[in-house]
Formats: sequence, structure tokens, C-alpha cells
Amino acid sequence: MKSSRRKSKTTKETDSGETTSLQNVQDELRLRFSQNALSPALHGYEKERRQLFDLIKRTASTGESNSVLVIGPRGSGKTMTLNSIYNELIEDDNIRENLLQVKLNGLLQTDDKIALKEITRQLQLENTLGDKVFGSFAETLQFLLDALKCGSQSSKPILFILEEFDMFAHHKNQTLLYNLFDIAQSDQAPICVVGVTCRLDVIELLEKRVKSRFSHRQVYFLNNYNFENYCDICMSYLRIESKPVGSDFIKEWNKQVEKLSKDGTVRDVLQQQFNFNKDIRALHHILMYVVCHLNETHSFPTPSDFVEAMKVTMTDSKSAMLHGISILELCLIIAMKHLTDIYDGEPFNFEMVYSEYAKFAQKRSSMQMYEKAVVLKAFEHLLALELVKSTDGSGTRIQKEYRLMSLLIHPSQITDALQKYPQCPTEVKQWASTSVI
Amino acid sequence: MAEFDNFKEDLNKTFPCRQSQINLLMSLFGQRHQYTYASLFIYGHTGTGKTAVTTNILNHLKLPHVLVNCVECYSSRFLYEMILNSLHGNSVTESSDLVKCDNMNDFVRMFKQVSEEKGIDKETIYIVLDKAERLREMEMNILPAFLRLQELTQQNVCVILLSEIVWEKFRTGSGYCEPFVLHFSDYTNDQLIEIMMLDHPTEYDENFYRMYLNLVLSVFQMVCRNLKELHHLARLNFQRYAEPVKTGEATAEDTRKLWKNIEPHLKKALQTVYLREVSSSQWEKMQQSIEAGQPPALQGLSSRSHVELPYYSKFLLIAAYLASYNPAKTDKRFFAKHAGKMSKQSKLLKKHERASNHMLGPKPFALDRMMAIFYSVVEGRVAPTANIFMQISSLVSLNLLGHVASDDQIDSPKYKCLVSLDFIKSVSRTVNFEVMRYLFDFV
Repeated sequence: MKSSRRKSKTTKETDSGETTSLQNVQDELRLRFSQNALSPALHGYEKERRQLFDLIKRTASTGESNSVLVIGPRGSGKTMTLNSIYNELIEDDNIRENLLQVKLNGLLQTDDKIALKEITRQLQLENTLGDKVFGSFAETLQFLLDALKCGSQSSKPILFILEEFDMFAHHKNQTLLYNLFDIAQSDQAPICVVGVTCRLDVIELLEKRVKSRFSHRQVYFLNNYNFENYCDICMSYLRIESKPVGSDFIKEWNKQVEKLSKDGTVRDVLQQQFNFNKDIRALHHILMYVVCHLNETHSFPTPSDFVEAMKVTMTDSKSAMLHGISILELCLIIAMKHLTDIYDGEPFNFEMVYSEYAKFAQKRSSMQMYEKAVVLKAFEHLLALELVKSTDGSGTRIQKEYRLMSLLIHPSQITDALQKYPQCPTEVKQWASTSVI
Repeated sequence: MAEFDNFKEDLNKTFPCRQSQINLLMSLFGQRHQYTYASLFIYGHTGTGKTAVTTNILNHLKLPHVLVNCVECYSSRFLYEMILNSLHGNSVTESSDLVKCDNMNDFVRMFKQVSEEKGIDKETIYIVLDKAERLREMEMNILPAFLRLQELTQQNVCVILLSEIVWEKFRTGSGYCEPFVLHFSDYTNDQLIEIMMLDHPTEYDENFYRMYLNLVLSVFQMVCRNLKELHHLARLNFQRYAEPVKTGEATAEDTRKLWKNIEPHLKKALQTVYLREVSSSQWEKMQQSIEAGQPPALQGLSSRSHVELPYYSKFLLIAAYLASYNPAKTDKRFFAKHAGKMSKQSKLLKKHERASNHMLGPKPFALDRMMAIFYSVVEGRVAPTANIFMQISSLVSLNLLGHVASDDQIDSPKYKCLVSLDFIKSVSRTVNFEVMRYLFDFV
């Protein structure tokens, strides 16, 4: 049944050329905004790219050993640049045959043993070891080092790319880093060690002996572009380069994108996003949302799509959660807010909250006063939602009524939530606005 | 396309009031081969249909997906193996060709292998992680690695995290590759009724049941907006509501009479079934016995707080309670023979902090102080035998006393009393000791 549905869909799509080209556009753009995006034209970083390119090329062609750290905030295009450098390098036949690449990631290779296995695997050295695939850690390291050491200037250069470099610095004794930098220092097989990280203080994490072997060459990828560049980048992501298929649609598409780039609303949205976060990856989220919402009846992005995408990404999650809690829980939060005000941020326990709530419910409101066990259940729900956190560790044995807590919501979020809350009793609102009873 | 719309309509019927969420998710998923967000983070309250909606869409569209509950996977190894095996289509009982995997590196490699074997490497594979807040307690590389699984595997993967906790609480360290955050909003009262109407008892009129749900909500909505809880309570009490109609005492239109009948009953349910004082089956049994005749006195869980203790243990516990809740400087007044009355000034001073000790909780006390109070409250001479000290440590293991960590565990251990005022009152009643007279807060 499934296949028949798919078939019927494809026949329908071929009926109208419009749909197919929209599909193609969507396919391409979705891929572009995903993490697997092939590197598009780079924006900025010409200097940095040239520096890295020269360095890696020297290793690849002249057999010089190097080490470099690439530092920049998340989503600033570090990996993308390295990928594009590699792709450009291997266009040269000579280099493609010679250069070996080893990619390591601190998230995957969580200790040196796994990292070594991965290196042997990526260098395809397992065969050399014969049936005995991997020996002990020391054995593998020795074997690997021997293999690297017996090489000379003339042996194949290796490009090591260590992503999440700061995670490698947390390995025991930093053995892997020490050995890699040591090889890069001494006259052995030519390697180029490229560390990629988002920590500015990464050098401080290195041990002294490791630090002294590192060349202290650092390349910074900082998002240093202004709003105009940002807008251009945004539109260049949406633009489709000319393709033979369905060129009419693509022409129309690019025209619409051009129109969008001049639109005031879109620019407002982008400005807001820019002020909030210069990160390109955050921009991808918005663009992906816009692209995903296109369909046959709505085949070009409109400014309102951008506004909606912005709204989705910008919602304050705690206020949204506060919207869903019951009135009793809301009352408890207000009581906690008062307690934090009165005692100047000191932690409180359930008994205090309950007496504060009781004062309100008995004297100042017409609402039903709930018994303690019901209120405690509401309190525990707040605890489960992590809107309240216990200040002492959960290990301490004490009755739950007396455990010290602190409120994790800002007063402005409470006021915000109260305004949006459906059918909130007026007296609760008044109670929230009066500071101290 | 028509079937696609049909499916959407079905889904909207099964999950009323989730239309915008369903539309959004389906448009984000797109076609099978298309890429989508590397990771989606969906949050919302319990019972807002996060898991149900997501898995139903995936199931109906027959997209390759894996559903894992992170509570079950208390170690990362189980998590990896569960994902790989269910992707592979292995049943857990067949132990022969299960995939083994114990670190993230192998997971990423084998994930590629398995998806190529199954021929789904050209489609988006969805990994749904329910109760994702548990991932924070696992090794610190797991969450960031799942968030960039698309990049790490170089495949079309989408990781969907479902949680009750907001995304801000997940961030640690130098940050992650951020997911796209989606909110499943809570249901309004009308929507709650709409959803609970889905399975109304067929033998009664729809309006009749709707009326009843309104009543239930009016009693419970201030306290609880959890759909599951409300649904459960509504089902549990409906027989009682419909009873007057069945016996002929009232007609289905006589709402006032029905309301009069059910209201006290629902209020009682709020204090018992809602708090799980009595179990649902007990509650049902009780309803039947009410029909038969007299309402039996309900023995809830918490009313059974009476514990049989040895004579000296009772006094030890009382002494511990007094030591925990009385300030040390008032001991002389309560327990020394020739103690003066409380001066007027201190009485005035006390007015300000009335009952404050019972608000702040138990204070730790040294063993010596407790023994001194014990000797002055217990009747007759008691030798400090090993037995007495054994009883103290057994009170600790019963969780009636708590051991407070201090510098010296053997010479001067410190304790806290962990029982409530009601409990200590009932204990002291059994040994004819008036505990209230000795509590500083209440004299």
C-alpha cells in the first residue's frame, strides 16, 4: 500500500513541473541547512583560510610538520573551512595520492585507547597487524609510533584533524596529544596536527611538556561581520545557483529571494536575530523553518514566514511552561516569589511556602483553601519540572517539608505568565503585584 | 496527495487540538529523502501528547525510526545497543546475533553499517529519545554527540528529544550544537473536555457525559491540569454520578440534583484518590459498599502512621524530638528541678518567633543532650546499657532519626529527629507523656 501511495505521488508530481522544481529547491536547501552541508562559498575569513591552506599544503607537498589550533565560537565555520581546504587540496593529483587524512572527534574518541584504534583504522594499518587486530594499548601505541617514526621526509604526509580539541586535553596524561606534538616537533614522518575548538583558553589546559611541543600557532575564527554582511549571507543561502532543470522556476525563486532581501519586515527579523546571536547556525534554523513550510499552494517564502519562524525560536520556554500549570501551583510560585523578596534571596522550605499560601487563601481570597497534602503534591510537581531546586544535595536525609529550596524563575517571567494565563483569578494577580503582606 | 491528507485527518481525529503541532512536525519531516533538522527538542507538560503524536506520525508514514526511553537505559551501553538492535530489527529475546557496542565511536560506525545493511541510508532515520532529561546524568559526551549525529555519521539522521524540562537546563560546558526547540502547549479546559469526550460511555448520552466532565473539571482544575490524572478520576467516579439516573431518583436533565449528589463525593476524591491515599480499586469497592449501606471509614495510607516501638525507644524518640525542636537554652527551664517561670520579657520576645522552630525544621543535636533529656523524661532509673545505644542506632535505620555528618562519628555523634508532630503526639500518648507541655513553640 505504501509503495502504491508513493507511486501515485510521483506520477502526480511529474504532471506539474512546478512541484518537481519546488521539490528540487527544497531538497537542495534542506541539505544546505543540515549539518552535512557541502561547503558553499565562504564568507569572510579569506586571510585565515589562506593561512591554513598554506600550512596544510606545505605539509602535503614539502613534508614539513606543523601544528595549529583553530579557535572560534560554535557555528563560526571552522570545520567547514577545513573541509573546503581539504577538498581543494585533493584536486591536485599529486597530493590526493599522497596525503592521508585522520579525523578525530573528542565526542567520539573519549579516551586515548579508542583514539588509537580509530587512528589505526583510518590509516588502514589493521592489515599490517595481521590476525591479531589490536594488541594492548601500549603495543598499539608502540606500533603506531614505530610506523610513524621509521618514516622520513619522503614518506606520506598525514593530516590529523582533532575536533573538540579541548576534550582531548582532558585525557589522562594527555598521552595522545604529547605523542602527536612530539612527532610534529621531531624529524619523523611529516604530520600536520590541526586542533579545532571553541575554547579560547585551550592553551591553558595543556600540560607543560605538551605545551612546549606545540607551535603556538593559532587561527581565530571570530564572527566579525556587520549587519549588512549578515543580510547578504542570509540571502546567499537562499539563492539557488543556476541549474539546467526547471530553470524558469529557479529564476522566479531567485527573484523572490531578491525581493525578500529588500523587504523591511524580513530585515527587522534579521536585525533582531543578529542582535541576539551572530551565529550562522542559528540563522540556519530560521531558514530551515521557512523552507520546510513551502508547499504547492505556497511555493515562495514570504516575510510572514520569517516572522513566524522568529516567533517559534524566540519563545521563552519557562513562561510557556508556566502557562500550563494549575492555579494552585501558580499560587505557590507567587508565595515563593514573596518569600525570596522578603528574605533577600535566602532559601525557603515547604512549610514557609505553605504558611504564606495559607495566609493568602484564608484572609485575602474567596478561593478554596486546600489541605497540606494536596499542596505538597503541587509543590512536588514544581520540583519535578525543575522550576524549583533544592539547595542542599538530595543526599541529605530530611523530611521533604523541610528541605531548603530556591526559586529558579525571574519575577518578570512570573508577571509575564500571569498576564497570559487563561482565566487567572483577579485576586491572585493582585496578590502577585503586592510586594509584601 | 489525497491519501496523505486523509492520513492527516485521521491523525487530527485521534489527537484533537494538536492540529498545529501535527502540521508543523509533518512539514519539518518532509519527504523521506529530504534532510531535516539534525535534532529537534520537544518539550511540554505531561500528557500533552509529545510521545503519542510524534510516534504516531512516524508509524503511520512508515518512516524508519527508533523509539528509546532513556529511563530504561541506565547505562550508555544499553542506549547504543537498543538503538542499533531495534534499527536492525532484532528482537531482544534472540541473543544470537545481537549487536554489541559500548562506546560512542563504535556506535557511530555501526550505525552506518546497520543502516546500509537495511538499505535505509538514503532516507531520514529518526531516533526518538523519550525522557531526554536523563541523558544529562549519563557521560557528558552523549548528549552533544547525539545533537550532531548527522555530522558525525555523515548520514541523514534526525534525533528527536522529548522532555518535560526546558532546554535551558540541558546546557552545560562549552555548549552544544543547538537543536530546534518546539513547544507542545498545554490544553485549555474546553480542549480537555473535548479529548476526554473521545471515550465517553456509549450507554449514556453525549451531553450527559459532557455535563459530568464539566463538573469534574470545576472541582479539580484548580489543583490539577494533567490530562491523564483527570481522565482517570473522571472514569473512576462516573458510576457514582450516573447512579441516581439508573435508580430513577433523578432524570438525566436534573443537573442540580446530580451536582448535589456528586460534589461531596468528588471533594472527597480530591483528598484520597488523587493523593493515592486509597488505591483506585479500594475506591471502587468503597463505592459499591456505599450503595449497599453505610459508608465505611476509609483507612488511608497516611492514617496508618502508628508504629509499635519498645518502651525505651519511644522515650528516646520523644527525647530526640524535644532536642530537635527546642532551643538548647530552654532545656534548663523544662527539665531542671528548680527552674523559674518564663520572664515576661522573654514571653514577649517569643511572640515574634511563634512556632518558628516547627517551620524551619529539626535542628541537629549532640547525643549527650538527647541522653540528658531522655533521663529526665523517662520514669525510673535506666542504666545506659549497650541495649539503649543499640536502640538509638536501630531508630536511625528505621529512618526515624537521621545521622548528621559531623567531625567525630564515635565520640560525639549528631542526630536529627525525622518524625512529624502528629506522629510524636501519638507515640507520647501511648506512654502517657504530654509532649506539648515540653515544646517551646507551644507553651
